[in-house]
Amino acid sequence: MTAIDPTAHLSAEQIEELGRELDAIRDQVIAGRGEKDAAYIRKVISVQRKLELASRGVLLFSIFPPAWLIGTAGLSVAKILENMEIGHNVLHGQWDWMRDPKIHSTTWEWDHVSPSEQWKHSHNELHHTYTNVIGKDNDLGYGIMRVDEDQRWHPIHLGQPLWNFVNACFFEYGIAAYDLELGRNLHKSRRKDPEFRARARAVGRKIRKQVLKDYVIHPLLSGPSFLHTLAATFTANLVRNIWSHSVIMCGHFPEGVQVFERRSIEGETRGQWYLRQMMGSANISGSRAMHLMTGNLSHQIEHHLFPDLPSNRYAEVAPRVRALFEKYELEYVTGPLPKQVFSAWRKVFRLSLPNKKPKAGAPNHEKELVAA
Amino acid sequence: MTSAALRSRAWKLLEMITTPLLPSDYLDLVSPLRAGADLRGRIEAVHPETGDAATIVIRPGRGWRGHTAGQYVRIGVDVDGRRLWRAYSITSPTHRQDGRVTITVKAIPDGKVSNHLVRRAKPGTLVRLDQPAGDFVLPKARPPKVLYLTAGSGITPAMGMLRDGGFDDVVMVHCAPQPQDVIFRSELHGLVADGKLRLTEVHTDTDGMLDVSRLDELVPDWAERETWACGPAGLLDAAEEFWSGHGVRERLHTERFRPSVVVAGDGGVVTFSATGKTVGADGAMPLLDVGEEAGVLMPSGCRMGICFGCVTPLKAGAVRDLRTGEITEAEPGVLIQTCVSAAAGPCDIER
Repeated sequence: MTAIDPTAHLSAEQIEELGRELDAIRDQVIAGRGEKDAAYIRKVISVQRKLELASRGVLLFSIFPPAWLIGTAGLSVAKILENMEIGHNVLHGQWDWMRDPKIHSTTWEWDHVSPSEQWKHSHNELHHTYTNVIGKDNDLGYGIMRVDEDQRWHPIHLGQPLWNFVNACFFEYGIAAYDLELGRNLHKSRRKDPEFRARARAVGRKIRKQVLKDYVIHPLLSGPSFLHTLAATFTANLVRNIWSHSVIMCGHFPEGVQVFERRSIEGETRGQWYLRQMMGSANISGSRAMHLMTGNLSHQIEHHLFPDLPSNRYAEVAPRVRALFEKYELEYVTGPLPKQVFSAWRKVFRLSLPNKKPKAGAPNHEKELVAA
Repeated sequence: MTSAALRSRAWKLLEMITTPLLPSDYLDLVSPLRAGADLRGRIEAVHPETGDAATIVIRPGRGWRGHTAGQYVRIGVDVDGRRLWRAYSITSPTHRQDGRVTITVKAIPDGKVSNHLVRRAKPGTLVRLDQPAGDFVLPKARPPKVLYLTAGSGITPAMGMLRDGGFDDVVMVHCAPQPQDVIFRSELHGLVADGKLRLTEVHTDTDGMLDVSRLDELVPDWAERETWACGPAGLLDAAEEFWSGHGVRERLHTERFRPSVVVAGDGGVVTFSATGKTVGADGAMPLLDVGEEAGVLMPSGCRMGICFGCVTPLKAGAVRDLRTGEITEAEPGVLIQTCVSAAAGPCDIER
């Protein structure tokens, strides 16, 4: 969609060869999965659960400022780990190979208002299959933002920095809304569709449970610390929402990441699919702790190439993937978190304003965006 | 309010706090063997028996109901990070004081679980357990005359019964390649020395396979004995024929662990047992396509092995991963991605 296609120098055979080389990397990791990987995810789960329990315990005394601070910080970290390194990755089926029914994509439920069943559909199926395809990938601008110069500008886009900020603060609700495809389904003709209503009820039940836990029962158990615990759980959810929103923005939004038009993926081959994932994702560089807290989505490129590999293996395949980018003269978009967040936000602001008219013949995506 | 009702209310409240998890998910972290937990056991010791067999001492969880001598237990062991389930005979007596149970495992060639348990299992490891099962057991009233006809690891359920004791007249005919391959040999010889057992060892490396008709000479009163036989299919088939031929089939009890061996082939007949459809499939077509073409309602998603939207239980048979060639065999709890799996021989998909 950008003026210059950064993959134009690759022949069809080269793209298929690239696909075979990526398949080989994948096969090696699959063959090497074993005890250490299983021990890793069990350890993360155990640490997360103990941290959450301890933090909630400390928050029972949140009327004392040090307890509030420690408890809130601990609960924020626990919630981030639960959603990112554990929930997201388990729901991808990254750990299904262990055959442990307690750590399995078909049985897992996460600390999130979107029921895992619905999230798996919109994320694993739609986002990962149609990555960065305008009109097909709801993650791209979440259906509320202009994400590419070629999209027609509309005055409503002036507000998109604000929408994006609000979405960041209440990100889990935003996700639940687009897992439900609310934008489309609230239309009069669809509102009464029984299938939609059943899914909406499931979301309602999940929200009720989550709200009861965080904002009623836990504060009530805190007795005189009621209001302080309420503020603490709200803060922890806010921190988790803003953090995961930032990480996810860094995955597909920074400058240098490509978006694609619908027609470009018709009849796409395995190699072309890989290439789209390579060009449509961006990494975050940082320490091991950083990778853990992002659920290894800091290795977004590797994750999009191999969504079902155990997350602890992305760091190991990253140098080999990067070498392929160099071999095929492609840009591996990566940078530290502040830089990538800044880059993504700058794009949000820049595209909120009109730019020069797209070149004649450039496709008009307004219709698809409305449909999204 | 009764205490039971109070407890159930308290539990409901706990569930509201731990949602989306369950209270047990947290309790499992500190007390995996407690009452009410999924049944587990902790390996406490591994004692080598022969060069390729070992006895595993397991402390079962509080929910363990106890076994009857001769029964087996299904055990779920994580091997290379993958949970695999196998059944092993319990070799400890039912009245063991410390409440531990033992299984005795012989490592078979290419046996993933047996080799792991014999050679790599470490004390402290948690395993999943099922309640003991099986009707290859001693009746409550001990028969006056008993014969055990066993071979290889087939001695394990017999040992479980022998250790329970209370016999007047027991004879054992046991086959093993060489003397040092006889599991529990010194304990058996101790029983012989105490006059509690008559034992005939058949060393098949030197004596050849046991011809069941030799029992006439080894145990002349065999037909009067309540007999328990456990070993390879060949031995059991021959025994059944022999006992039937003499009209005393009801005196023979047999135990077979592997009723059928899966032979992974290329393609095969696919049964969709929930819908009752059966179709032939080649070894290249994803089972998802096979099912859809047969009109079975198959869940599906990305159709390329990514989203795990299509996972389905494999009830029987084997499938091949079209990406890696890896074979997956049916076991309880095994789910396969139908979009990237093809039939590797006859198989049964639960749709």
